[in-house]
Amino acid sequence: MKNTKKTSIWKSARVGLFAFLGMVIFAYGFQTTQVDFEELRSERRQESLVRVMRALAHPDLFEYEQVEEVVNASLYVPCPAAGAPEMASQNGADPYLTLTPACAAPGETVRVEGFNFAPNTTGPVRFIPGNDPANTVSLGRDNAETDENGHFVLDLVLPKRPSDDVQFIRATLRRNLGLPHFSQSAYDTWSKIVETVFLALLATVFGTVLAIPMSFIAARNLMKPVKSPLASIGLSVLGWPVGIWFGYSIFSWVGVLSAQAGSNLWVNLLSIFAIPVITLYGFRWAVPPEEPNLPSRLVRFTRLAALFGLVVLAFFGLFQLASLFQVVGTALQAGLGAFGFLGYFLFQVGDIVAISTAGLGALAVGAALSSFLGRIGQLATERLPLATLKALNLVLAAAAMATIFGLIGQLIEWLYQPGNPVYTVWGPLIIGATLGMVLAVFTKAKEALPVGMVIYSVTRTFLNALRSVEALVMAIVFVIAVGIGPFAGMMALGLHTIVSLAKLYSEQVESIASGPLEAIEATGANRLQTIIYAVIPQIVPPYISYTMYRWDINVRMSTIIGFVGGGGIGFLLQQNINLLNYRGASAQMLAIAVVVSLMDYISSELRERVI
Amino acid sequence: MLQIKNLTKIYDGGVKALDNVSFEVPDGEFLAVIGLSGSGKSTLLRCINRLIEPTEGQILWNGENITSASQDEMRRIRRKIGMVFQHFNLVHRSKVITNVLAGRLGYVNPAWSLINRFPKEDIEKALQQLKRVGIADKAYQRADELSGGQQQRVGIARALMQDPKMILADEPVASLDPVLAHSIMSHLEDINKNDGVTVLCSLHFLDLVHRYADRVVALNGGKLVFEGNPKDIDDKKFKEIYGRDAERVG
Repeated sequence: MKNTKKTSIWKSARVGLFAFLGMVIFAYGFQTTQVDFEELRSERRQESLVRVMRALAHPDLFEYEQVEEVVNASLYVPCPAAGAPEMASQNGADPYLTLTPACAAPGETVRVEGFNFAPNTTGPVRFIPGNDPANTVSLGRDNAETDENGHFVLDLVLPKRPSDDVQFIRATLRRNLGLPHFSQSAYDTWSKIVETVFLALLATVFGTVLAIPMSFIAARNLMKPVKSPLASIGLSVLGWPVGIWFGYSIFSWVGVLSAQAGSNLWVNLLSIFAIPVITLYGFRWAVPPEEPNLPSRLVRFTRLAALFGLVVLAFFGLFQLASLFQVVGTALQAGLGAFGFLGYFLFQVGDIVAISTAGLGALAVGAALSSFLGRIGQLATERLPLATLKALNLVLAAAAMATIFGLIGQLIEWLYQPGNPVYTVWGPLIIGATLGMVLAVFTKAKEALPVGMVIYSVTRTFLNALRSVEALVMAIVFVIAVGIGPFAGMMALGLHTIVSLAKLYSEQVESIASGPLEAIEATGANRLQTIIYAVIPQIVPPYISYTMYRWDINVRMSTIIGFVGGGGIGFLLQQNINLLNYRGASAQMLAIAVVVSLMDYISSELRERVI
Repeated sequence: MLQIKNLTKIYDGGVKALDNVSFEVPDGEFLAVIGLSGSGKSTLLRCINRLIEPTEGQILWNGENITSASQDEMRRIRRKIGMVFQHFNLVHRSKVITNVLAGRLGYVNPAWSLINRFPKEDIEKALQQLKRVGIADKAYQRADELSGGQQQRVGIARALMQDPKMILADEPVASLDPVLAHSIMSHLEDINKNDGVTVLCSLHFLDLVHRYADRVVALNGGKLVFEGNPKDIDDKKFKEIYGRDAERVG
């Protein structure tokens, strides 16, 4: 009994101590975040706050045609030594102002009365300094409203702007004409919000397409069983740069060839119709639909050579297609009028194809050569005697690691420009070769190494690192690369979409049921087939739902990416905030709110239908 | 002839799932594998098509060494070995026919199969196999719309698509009710008797073993404790296989 009581006292004391500590931490937070309600109570703040809130409540969407009546009345501040001057007498019909008194010291109140204005008009009454007439001075509550007789009275405190010259009070009263129409700001907002939505759409599509293959590489359950012996890994690694170089040279050459042939439209059209047919039939011949037994070596070699020829031909066709797109696109852009954007699209697609063909082709050749050499390595591991294999492993591992380190060295040279080949060429090559040899010595010659997990870890690290860079920061880099505008914003959002979706997707791949995977594997399917038949059907619903979610995020992000020059509505919003044009800013904020909530609604509707 | 020689499997955690198991299965036999849960039945079956890599020992099938086959060779061997699973392991969101056609993946050219193109003969064959197991009308439904018994028939049709010489059935009826169990088992029996396909089937119920199996091997704790005719399992053998506290039911 006594014991429990003691514990409970100790317990309460501890709780009290924690509560006290919590309060101290919270108190420190007050200081660092500068909590200060004193400021809020100050009249100056409240006045500006009211002004801004009212402006925000009146988004600048509609306006009227207006007529203005501007009337000046002269006065002296302070009164000249000679006494108040005579006021010019007013004739009956024109609008005029009277000031009582006609001269006063700074800070004194003057009654301004207006007569013969148009009824029911409003507008500011301002002070015009004599020596600086361009800068009107606002006088606080200076908005005049005329009654049905065109009369108004306003008491104004004169500003502290004394001068010997004559100064003025100016009333600018405006009247609306006709029906309201959209303001310039509304038009600007509309065009920018359209830009914003498309920016988000393109970024999402672009990001999704590239994130899907990446997500497979970043999924542990798919990569863990990927194992290869050292000879195979070494040859694959060497295959990449050789293949890329080889592919790039070939396809660049094809591009030049195409450029020479492409000047003739008939050659262009002929190749565009003939090449797909030849390629399709050639492909059908070279890749038969079913083969119960492995065909002879000669047949396989002929097929391989034919495939290579077909690929070169197909790329020639791609270049031709690109140049045709550009020609037709240019023509359409001029001829289609309002639908000229279709021509623009065609031209740009042609341009993208032309730029990326050689690069993508090079990557494809790299991948093909790498996997081909990998198989040779696998065969060598199975067939060669152990001693020969050990020697081969030693050489290949050294060469492969030296290649990797050499490339890293080149990256260092490019980024930091040390200009010393010892650090960027010889050093990395020697370190790489040594590490490769160490690896070859300390692994068993025929052991399958977990290369999948290495690729997985590198990809994950890369994704995490890039994901932690905000899209706004990426936009800054892209603004420098492609110039200010929505394209930069699209690229930045697209890149961020790739890395974050790849992460989310890969987690979905990791959580699929393993049963179907096992079943498909048991039928004798290869890895790619297993992914297509067992993995993809399972991940379609979560992929769609994550893509929609990301689209949501991209729409929201694209509204602010303009803050750093990435195009979209953010640019306009920031401009208006900086110009203190709160009514304009309010129009843009309204547009953002409408679009984001609409997107939210649409995506949740779609998600329900699809899944 | 399938020969298993001194097969041992030790998992990464140190668990010995199979301990020096050796037996032979002549072509065309219906062999039942019995034993408690965790006795190594599933591991044994998965070692035969190397879904699980054995730690030691050899598996020979008609003179071919399965344990030392390369990945490419293994794919060619696997396509002659059909497999049927306890939880059917169908791809739920795919159509029944796609699930069945998947059995053909080892034969078709990978390039065409990636875009879901199968030769006409294969599609006809798939429909025939579905007819054979009695669910031809379900071919274009999604796999998860089918009942458990129907799903297992799809699993059998998928295995049949491989033109198998051997079928490994891992507790094919353990998640079905007894009536369905007989219907599924009779399909396996039909394949075994009429097509001459060797069947290795792990089972829980002894009455099913008596009814369908030509021969039986029993595992306990990864060790082979019995090999012979199902009728020879007397009470003493039974306790050896299933442990001292086990009672015969049914």
